Amino acid sequence: MQSSATMEYDYSVAKLYMWTAVIFGIVGMTIGVLIASQLAFPDLNYLFGEYGTFSRLRPLHTNVVIFGFTVSGIFATFYYAGPRVLKVSMGESKLLMFLGKLQFTLYLILATGMVVSELMGITASKEYAQMEWPLDALTVVVWVLWGVIMFGLIGMRRERSLYISMWYYIATFLGVAMLYLFNNAEVPTIFFSGGVGAWYHSVSMYAGTNDALVQWWWGHNAVAFVFTVPIIAIIYYFLPKESGQAVYSYKLSLLSFWGLMFVYLWAGGHHLLWSTVPDWMQTMGSVFSVVLILPSWGSAINMLLTMKGEWNQLTENPLIKFMVLASTFYMLSTLEGPIQAVKSVNAIAHFTDWIPGHVHDGVLGWVAFMIFAAIMHMSTRVFKREIYSKSLLEAQFWIQTIGVVLYFTSMWIAGITQGMMWRAVDEYGNLVYSFIDTVTALHPYYAIRALGGLLFLTGMFMFAYNFFKTATAGRRIEQEPRYRSPMA
Amino acid sequence: MFHWLEKNPFFFAVGVFVVIAYAGLVEILPSFAEAARPVKGLKPYSVLELAGKEVYKKDNCIACHSQLIRPFKSETDRYGQYSLSGEYAYDRPFLWGSKRTGPDLHRIGNYRTSDWHANHMWNPKDLVPDSIMPAYKHQFTNAADLETAYAEAVTDKVVFNYPYDDGIKKGKDAFKKRLKTKILPEALKIAKETKKEDLVKAVESGKVPEVVALIAYLNRLK
Repeated sequence: MQSSATMEYDYSVAKLYMWTAVIFGIVGMTIGVLIASQLAFPDLNYLFGEYGTFSRLRPLHTNVVIFGFTVSGIFATFYYAGPRVLKVSMGESKLLMFLGKLQFTLYLILATGMVVSELMGITASKEYAQMEWPLDALTVVVWVLWGVIMFGLIGMRRERSLYISMWYYIATFLGVAMLYLFNNAEVPTIFFSGGVGAWYHSVSMYAGTNDALVQWWWGHNAVAFVFTVPIIAIIYYFLPKESGQAVYSYKLSLLSFWGLMFVYLWAGGHHLLWSTVPDWMQTMGSVFSVVLILPSWGSAINMLLTMKGEWNQLTENPLIKFMVLASTFYMLSTLEGPIQAVKSVNAIAHFTDWIPGHVHDGVLGWVAFMIFAAIMHMSTRVFKREIYSKSLLEAQFWIQTIGVVLYFTSMWIAGITQGMMWRAVDEYGNLVYSFIDTVTALHPYYAIRALGGLLFLTGMFMFAYNFFKTATAGRRIEQEPRYRSPMA
Repeated sequence: MFHWLEKNPFFFAVGVFVVIAYAGLVEILPSFAEAARPVKGLKPYSVLELAGKEVYKKDNCIACHSQLIRPFKSETDRYGQYSLSGEYAYDRPFLWGSKRTGPDLHRIGNYRTSDWHANHMWNPKDLVPDSIMPAYKHQFTNAADLETAYAEAVTDKVVFNYPYDDGIKKGKDAFKKRLKTKILPEALKIAKETKKEDLVKAVESGKVPEVVALIAYLNRLK
């Protein structure tokens, strides 16, 4: 990567997505803390009548943090880093700039539609694919626009060779497109019933076991192509940029990229172990989940070794702290996942709180930390201001780290407790516990988890404040910093 | 080769697509050839049951309840016969869930009654004092969307060849006829089983509360 100080980039669209990432982060995580608290203190279910129960809010939490916070973060980094690695500004093409703003506007409409319809209980009921067909159609438009802009920029590029981050952005675009189209294939009932009933209602194209297979092919790979692939794009750009270090190994990044692409898609079956899906597919899911450790750790190790000889930056720069810990959490999470995908372990872990525990060490420790670091790095370049407060950033880091640790440790214990109690038998082979015994046993862990979530949310508010102040009141900087982001 | 790909974005994208699509071809397609066949004697859901399934989706019961009994003794002892693929043949979408904060419901119809459900949905703590499940009182006042459920049945019949009788056909008039002849009588029977006067009165006036439809659906799960 050469210095791009000679070029002026137009960051209008990136800026918009930075704001929505912060706003959706606050909304999604606040709902998360509320529903975590509801499990510990059920009276909190009655704050908003029909619209405030755990069951109604849970998909709202997942959708807002995935499609609001994370996807905004991904788009923000793309509209910032994409042009920079391609050496072409969005401002050079009026058409691309128009499409970029159109894409953002439609995205906002889509996100609003998603929140409102899910609160009302209008849902296709597939996890992370709850939106009904009209919103699915709008999603396709937003996604295709992104692809047009991406390949438009690529077509205009001055840097011939695509940087590693671009590989991952392209893969994100293609992967989500393919999976989303297949999983959301549905038949709107209004067209076949002679105009009877709600216009937005639809029936899934697939039934039963087939539907489950397609859904978890998506569900698992939404994790791949929203929580993994684009976040690797982010770290490959922002860690070298912030640290001033070259990526450790090109060969390792090649191996990790193509390895991840090939292996990830096979692993979806591990969500359906011991189900009615054919056994050979379940075993394929297990085997490929274990193989997945290789490309995952390949990327993480490549990033950690990029810091070789410069570990002092870890103590001096909170953004490096966020990114290094994110790589570490990525390693933890991608080791934990394969363990859970082993059939005998899955027999205990499946359906328990260990699964949300696993998800959250990945999304909080890896995804959110990377997005925080990237937004802060970008804000110094985009707003041409210093980061408002380094000490606030440091405090946020530690509060959120403690929050994540409380979250996943409590859920590990809760999950294994639950799994063991469900199968416990006495000396005559009878079940020892009634179901409700296994619920009450979890109360302390649910309370600890809610506390962990609250700490993370506190950090989110600190981040939002720091971001807002940076954008509006940070000390102005004349020349774009080459590497380390300046902070007060 | 990789250096060349990195300079030729189109072929790079094609390469990525081939590599990621490969697994789908191997894993997904064969299963579709073996399209889920219904177990012997399985009937598609009645319109009232479909409306109940919509309530199940709307209040998102799958956030906490699974419908998948795994082949372990501890599960068959607790919930009954393990689940078979053919039992889900008419489930669009599948509702297996991924989390058991509450118990599995795939055979709930075998061991709970309509009046148990009605009391439980009104306030779970009345029946299970330590329960952390919220009360769903709004299901007693909200009307179930029977018309949309009917539209779903018609679509299932037209598009997916579900073996429904001739009474399920396109149009509002057909719906109105079905409502009077089949749906309301079925709902009235459930309402009477709940022993709740309000529910019976509501159904008699032609409005089916969500909870009645939901119970019809839950009773069907066995």
